[in-house]
Amino acid sequence: MSEAAVPASNANANATEKMASLVREAENLKTKLEEERQKLNDVNLSNIAERLEQIAYVNIKPRKVLKGHQAKVLCTDWSPDKRHIISSSQDGRLIIWDAFTTNKEHAVTMPTTWIMACAYAPSGNFVACGGLDNKVTVYPITSDEEMAAKKRTVGTHTSYMSCCIYPNSDQQILTGSGDSTCALWDVESGQLLQSFHGHSGDVMAIDLAPNETGNTFVSGSCDRMAFIWDMRSGHVVQSFEGHQSDVNSVKFHPCGDAIATGSDDSSCRLYDMRADREVAVFAKESIIFGVNSVDFSVSGRLLFAGYNDYTVNLWDTLKSERVCLLYGHENKVSCVQVSPDGTALSTGSWDYTIRVWA
Amino acid sequence: MVTMNSEADKTQATNASSTAAPAKTDCTSSNSSDPLAVAIPEPQSATAVVGGGGGGVAPGTATPSPTPLSNGSNNGTGSSVSPAATGAGAVATAASAPAAAAAGTTSASPPASNPATASTSTASVVGAKTAAATTTSSSSATSSSTAAAGSKQSGSSGGLLTVSGNHHHHHHAHPQQSAAGQSAAQPPQPPTATALAVPSASHHQRGGKNEDAPNILVYKKMEAIIEKMQAESTGVAVRTVKAFMSKVPSVFTGADLVAWILKNFDVEDVTEALHFAHLLSSHGYIFPIDDHALTVKNDGTFYRFQTPYFWPSNCWEPENTDYAVYLCKRTMQNKTRLELADYEAENLAKLQKMFSRKWEFIFMQAESQSKVAKKRDKLERKVLDSQERAFWDVHRPMPGCVNTTEIDIKKAYRRGGSSHGTGSAGASLAKNPVEQLTRIIALRKQKLERRTIKVSKAAEALVAYYDQYNEFDYFITSPELPNPWQTDSTEMWDTEKNSKEVPVRRVKRWAFSLRELLNDAIGREQFTKFLEKEYSGENLKFWESVQEMKALPQSEIKEAIQKIWQEFLAPEAPCPVNVDSKSVELAREAVNSPSGPNRWCFDVAASHVYHLMKSDSYSRYLRSDMYKDYLNCSRKKIKSIPNLFGVKR
Repeated sequence: MSEAAVPASNANANATEKMASLVREAENLKTKLEEERQKLNDVNLSNIAERLEQIAYVNIKPRKVLKGHQAKVLCTDWSPDKRHIISSSQDGRLIIWDAFTTNKEHAVTMPTTWIMACAYAPSGNFVACGGLDNKVTVYPITSDEEMAAKKRTVGTHTSYMSCCIYPNSDQQILTGSGDSTCALWDVESGQLLQSFHGHSGDVMAIDLAPNETGNTFVSGSCDRMAFIWDMRSGHVVQSFEGHQSDVNSVKFHPCGDAIATGSDDSSCRLYDMRADREVAVFAKESIIFGVNSVDFSVSGRLLFAGYNDYTVNLWDTLKSERVCLLYGHENKVSCVQVSPDGTALSTGSWDYTIRVWA
Repeated sequence: MVTMNSEADKTQATNASSTAAPAKTDCTSSNSSDPLAVAIPEPQSATAVVGGGGGGVAPGTATPSPTPLSNGSNNGTGSSVSPAATGAGAVATAASAPAAAAAGTTSASPPASNPATASTSTASVVGAKTAAATTTSSSSATSSSTAAAGSKQSGSSGGLLTVSGNHHHHHHAHPQQSAAGQSAAQPPQPPTATALAVPSASHHQRGGKNEDAPNILVYKKMEAIIEKMQAESTGVAVRTVKAFMSKVPSVFTGADLVAWILKNFDVEDVTEALHFAHLLSSHGYIFPIDDHALTVKNDGTFYRFQTPYFWPSNCWEPENTDYAVYLCKRTMQNKTRLELADYEAENLAKLQKMFSRKWEFIFMQAESQSKVAKKRDKLERKVLDSQERAFWDVHRPMPGCVNTTEIDIKKAYRRGGSSHGTGSAGASLAKNPVEQLTRIIALRKQKLERRTIKVSKAAEALVAYYDQYNEFDYFITSPELPNPWQTDSTEMWDTEKNSKEVPVRRVKRWAFSLRELLNDAIGREQFTKFLEKEYSGENLKFWESVQEMKALPQSEIKEAIQKIWQEFLAPEAPCPVNVDSKSVELAREAVNSPSGPNRWCFDVAASHVYHLMKSDSYSRYLRSDMYKDYLNCSRKKIKSIPNLFGVKR
């Protein structure tokens, strides 16, 4: 018995040893990396931006309130037509709004509650959604009855689906999941075209790179990292760390060379892909709640961030200053999104409403 | 007495001697916990997480039909002769007979039950006021029922907590934090023994895992601030105010609070300070002394600090039984300030219905707590009562108020706290730290190998992008035509849709990058025309074909790939593109790959062509008369447009 125990403890010791050496190696690499990056960290973004005028005032007010959900609004997406919004809620319903008139045009009840994600197809003729059912389901936008009848399940994860987007085509859907993977699905066949393994925590958000080929996307995860992926190979091509807690939101800068993240550590960060590092942190002592969602204005100068403290903060990304605060929601702000033509901002909240600001 | 009481409650399973304690309250409290724990099968995690936004008696879980015990024993037997729970002397027979001591046995029999069997439930007859005899029997049964309730035993009800009168903190070391639900969790020794607050120590079983939970993160930050606020000389001034015929102990005004926040935090204005105060209040750290709505007004309204014991970081997940006892207790205290609000009365009625079979227990427990409360010092009691009320205002908020204890289900899922199951991610992380580290190492190596530019270069590029695009950013520059959202006029959209004219701003944008040009349908059309004139249209055609192919459904990919190959790349292609031989070779390999071609097989060739166009044809196009003419043309038209509208207005 003791003989058996010895090798076991040896194996244990070896494993511990191995772990320790791995930890050491990771730490060494981190130090080295910091040194390397520091060499090129010649100036702050805000210094470069000094020559720009301060944004003294942004003319943004609440313009529309969309009421109709009976539970928390979890996700919204603008239609390519710039005036419709789709929203998904914990009440298990998907609502298509004409945000301009605030009319509900369609309401579809899902078999599951907690529809965490929804997305418009580029054509504006389909919507994809999913959540706690672990699935991504596609609905054609027709009459309510037909929508329910013609729905199709495209893909299934092994945990909740937290986010989805159509990458430049009605025929594919990219999803992120609590199973820590992302996946690219063929809509017609439901075939898994590519899967993306690498995160060690739930994937909370994804965004497609706004470049001409649309082959890269970014993901943010509860492992506190943001990854840039190559859709073709399924590999991580770039990674960014720095957040102290879950990364809840990621968005490409409209130039396609930087990303913004929002995290439970109550900060937003700007990472530049060319410099391969964090170039700005947007935080304040008085902001203590987590960030759920971020989006850029058309020029990339403004970053809208929705917080758990019911507010939306506008950050000047170049000067790293807060421009203003938007009050109005009465519970956590779960999603923010700038409309396709940049004329308005939509915000969804746990207070059951969606608001449009401009 | 009090400590004995709670001890008996929490450690009943092991601590037989506790039965020696003053029998009455003891047994009732422990007793009541059992059947309730059974009756609420998947308790608070579900309520807190899944339960709707509203407060009140959480709908989802609230009405669990009193399902049989876990072992399937039928609770039909002696069940519910349940009283209207009204009369004090009423006899309640709430029983669910154990499988073993099954049907037929009267509820008075359980003393026979073996403490070891998990199945037993307490069947007890309790004469509300003269319980002595019967309670002994039930107490012996208690130990087993805890097991029946499953892991979530949640020492329900009992926890007679002690909170000192002085709310300036006693670091009660958040008793239950680490305890996995049940164990230990002994309330601190009270300086002034006072029984209070029913809420049980039914914490998440997640224990230490919670440390970095998003909610905890925020709670810790708020608590640090609250501690600053309570600092002796630099904090918010707390006073005892003399009112007519009475005193209002330990309060501060909303105005003082807001002033303090303005002075001590980097908030912008009073609005933000007030919002900040509101958040502290809605999470229960401070509360108005006589209002269920947890918010702060910037005036002379009085507020009080919550005792750390009730802070949300303790992960309270009080059960409905606790709430019932609390409400019930309030009805016994003949004080105007303790009168139930309408919604509370409604909740009480609902709870009474729901727990009809064990209402006697609830009633008795409330009564005993009420008795203890009456012995307290008057001022101290005022403070304690208000703190307890504020606790419930957080956990069972008034209709229309936000329940701040709700957790994002994604996060709950991940931490394994959801009744729906657990996310796999957290598990995989824990399971394989080696793989995890190896991954991080690989990523860092990848980063080290990467060639990067200076931060100044990247920053310049970001600023330059803004310079170029700021006139298109409607949050910064007003659009030519009024923003539809601001004016309720769709003119801007209509013009864009119907008008043949392209605004000059849009045409200017084509010059920013080839991507901009191709993203604009009219721009793409123009560029196509230009290329045709230059006899190099095939490049764009090829690039477009590749992009279109990539967007096709999988079933059509193969055919489309062959078509592109034949048209642009094959040796005798009718429309050959100017691609280097290496890219062609790569494409050939991909097309003929044994695993079948994939949609990205022409990517290298396509990007080659794109760069060719960008560096060559695109810059020629921008210099061409064609583009300049178009730009001037739209410029003229644009000039005429404002006039037009000038007339209209």
